Amino acid sequence: MNFDFSEDQKLLKEQVSRFLTDNCPIEVVREVLEGDDFYSEKVWKGLVELGLTGTTIPEEYGGLELSPLELCVIAEELGRASAPVPFSSSVYLATEAIKLFGTSEQKENYLPKLASGEIIATFALPESAMEPNPDNIQCTFSSGKLTGTKMPVPDGSYADICVVIVRDKTKDSIGMSIVDLSEKGIEKKSLSTLDQTRDHAEIIFNNTSSEIMNSSGDGWSDVQQILDIAAVLISFEQIGGAEASLNMAKEYALDRFAFGRQIGSYQAVKHKLADMYIKIELAKSNSYYGAMMLNDKGSDLKIAAAASRVAATDAFNFAAQENIQTHGGIGFTWEADTQFYYRRSQVLGLSLGSIASWKK
Amino acid sequence: MDFNDTPEENDFRLEVREWLKNNAPKEKKAGGYDSIDVQESALARARDWQAKKAEAGYAAITWPKEYGGLGGSSIQSVIYSQEESKYNVPTGFFDIGLGMCIPTIMAWATKEQNERYVEPALYGKEIWCQLFSEPSAGSDVAGVRTKAEKDGDDWIINGQKVWTSGAHFCDFGIIVVRTDPTVPKHKGLSFFFLDMKSPGIEIKPIRQISGGSNFNEVFFTDVRVPDLQRLGEVGEGWKVALTTLMNERLAIGVPKSADYSSLTQLAKDVILNNKPAIKNDLVRAKIADWYVQSEGLKYTKMRSLTSLSKGETPGPESSIGKVVSAPKMQDLASFAMDLQGAAGILNDPDMSLMHSIFQNQWMSAAGYRIAGGTDEILKNIVAERVLGLPQDIRVDKNVPFNELADSR
Ligand SMILES: Cc1cc2nc3c(=O)[nH]c(=O)nc-3n(C[C@H](O)[C@H](O)[C@H](O)COP(=O)(O)OP(=O)(O)OC[C@H]3O[C@@H](n4cnc5c(N)ncnc54)[C@H](O)[C@@H]3O)c2cc1C
Repeated sequence: MNFDFSEDQKLLKEQVSRFLTDNCPIEVVREVLEGDDFYSEKVWKGLVELGLTGTTIPEEYGGLELSPLELCVIAEELGRASAPVPFSSSVYLATEAIKLFGTSEQKENYLPKLASGEIIATFALPESAMEPNPDNIQCTFSSGKLTGTKMPVPDGSYADICVVIVRDKTKDSIGMSIVDLSEKGIEKKSLSTLDQTRDHAEIIFNNTSSEIMNSSGDGWSDVQQILDIAAVLISFEQIGGAEASLNMAKEYALDRFAFGRQIGSYQAVKHKLADMYIKIELAKSNSYYGAMMLNDKGSDLKIAAAASRVAATDAFNFAAQENIQTHGGIGFTWEADTQFYYRRSQVLGLSLGSIASWKK
Repeated sequence: MDFNDTPEENDFRLEVREWLKNNAPKEKKAGGYDSIDVQESALARARDWQAKKAEAGYAAITWPKEYGGLGGSSIQSVIYSQEESKYNVPTGFFDIGLGMCIPTIMAWATKEQNERYVEPALYGKEIWCQLFSEPSAGSDVAGVRTKAEKDGDDWIINGQKVWTSGAHFCDFGIIVVRTDPTVPKHKGLSFFFLDMKSPGIEIKPIRQISGGSNFNEVFFTDVRVPDLQRLGEVGEGWKVALTTLMNERLAIGVPKSADYSSLTQLAKDVILNNKPAIKNDLVRAKIADWYVQSEGLKYTKMRSLTSLSKGETPGPESSIGKVVSAPKMQDLASFAMDLQGAAGILNDPDMSLMHSIFQNQWMSAAGYRIAGGTDEILKNIVAERVLGLPQDIRVDKNVPFNELADSR
């Protein structure tokens, strides 16, 4: 049995971690929260230079052609840094969608640009607070034109292209289409959300030129397949974020005194941190299995992805929230770094639709 | 066993209902203390409403008539709140002052001082804040380091307070300070009230995680306070502080928040697994759990009220309110956001379902779990004071304050 990442993957993880420690300290996240930028271009460029946007893109399209396991270790570090970059939208969702369902022309057109970082892509499924299902997708594709509203679209204010889940009028089925977001007939509006370190937009398409992608014949199950992949990858981001929260809480519990003792010496605090740890370890194990299924294209992917998602969301939400609680009053301030994980935990937890539905 | 009003209670209820009908503001959204953006205008509206209430005697129903109260019973006070909660009246600005500070004044200050300060506070003309917490003394509030030194008939205060809610618009404050660092921590404290406009006080707003600023850092540099404004004996400030803290537990509930009924409303509006979420068993079970908790709290209150109406002191069960409701606020909001899927992160009231009440509540709940005693401290109180379990080993109790090791 070898239920672990390889030495090379661990080296990659260290490399990414070093890069983010040097280039994406929490002040960078704060700059994005407080400033007008949608993301940190500098951090993104650095990730591109490391070749990470092309991690799983085949070599013929200019990528590194590594396995999804490499993406998992990268994700964990991005989550730990709460990095303000469009990695999940562009890499886990859009790139995977194009790899799986792009026509050969689309692959030739977009994958090299995604690998080289020339373009950023995103993925647009929900249209409102209504859970998307094959019957309520209203964004329509017909004769090369796209019409309808998508929201919230992650990183939608500045992404270059978007994979849009559509109702394909010609076939009367669910499909995916690619749209260049600089096309005419597009209205974009940045949305106010709980986490302004990750942009979200409403995008309205009005007879916008777009290209339909391939389909397995069952468009909705194609969408689910992409969500399953993203669920495993995002769960690693959540684990990274949860570990960062636990670590902050632990440091503070050692440092802070009340009633003449370190607060970490009180069992109420000890048990809280132990609970965080337990949830994180359970999530990690589920996500390792998810990663294994992803890598082996295993038949268990569906259930493993759901388990990864449920466990990692629980771990991150809990760790981020109890990190604030452990800090007391200071944890509730703008000045404190606890907020970045509190915010990000909800964005990641909600990004692929309600946990209640993943439990189904 | 019933919840019925006695005939007298019913008369009072009808009278209050009539008065509210004629006097309560008709605004749709009143804007309380939590809505930072409307603070200035909300404060003005709150003052107006408070003055009206005070005029009618409803601002402090249980207080004696000589202090501007109604001389009524606690039960009447509750009846009034029940009726008032049907209206969108401005709330929040006077809770700390009237719920904690003025009761402390009434218990410890002179007759003249009561005559001077109680009525203006009751009418919303003067607002009070609580200057207890410090950077290194929150849960452990007896660890305060802000010091006061005697100078003739005055005391000179130096040091820093923190998390002082409302200090930026308050006129007066109550403060716990260290007057003798050479004795164990609880024995070296004294208690004063002071004018927040005194020279040497500097107030700096602290920005909260939600972006707004309702609490402050307050710095004291050679602030002069007359000895006449000391409450209790020198060195017995802790005793006075306990009066405030006892009242805090009664005064600080959590604000009106989105509860199971709002969640039910939301669950009817969104879908889960292709059906209205309200039809989903998992959702129903969650709503049921929160319903049971809310009802539990409501009826716990009825039990306390029954004691009150019989003129008895409510039992220890009355101390569980905040430790149940604050985490519930957070969990319920988080679940409600989940039901909205990816759109659950929207906090623009015009874009988000139900005007982003759940998103706002999720943010503020993190603070309610800390303010006025953290979850952990409240559970310690239940375990130690109610259940009689042994206290944690205290290393700081009998050591002179200035000899305590590294109390950060
Ligand atoms: C929104 C808000 C408004 C506030 N308004 C006011 C105000 O108007 N006036 C005022 O004076 N103060 C105010 N406070 C301060 C509040 O009373 C303190 O924040 C609170 O008592 C906790 O103290 P602390 O922040 O120093 O945290 P700490 O006491 O340092 O606690 C840190 C963590 O350690 C835990 N802990 C500490 N001791 C123990 C123990 N013995 N056993 C187990 N766990 C323990 C706590 O539960 C917490 O999780 C406000 C706070 C907030 C958040």
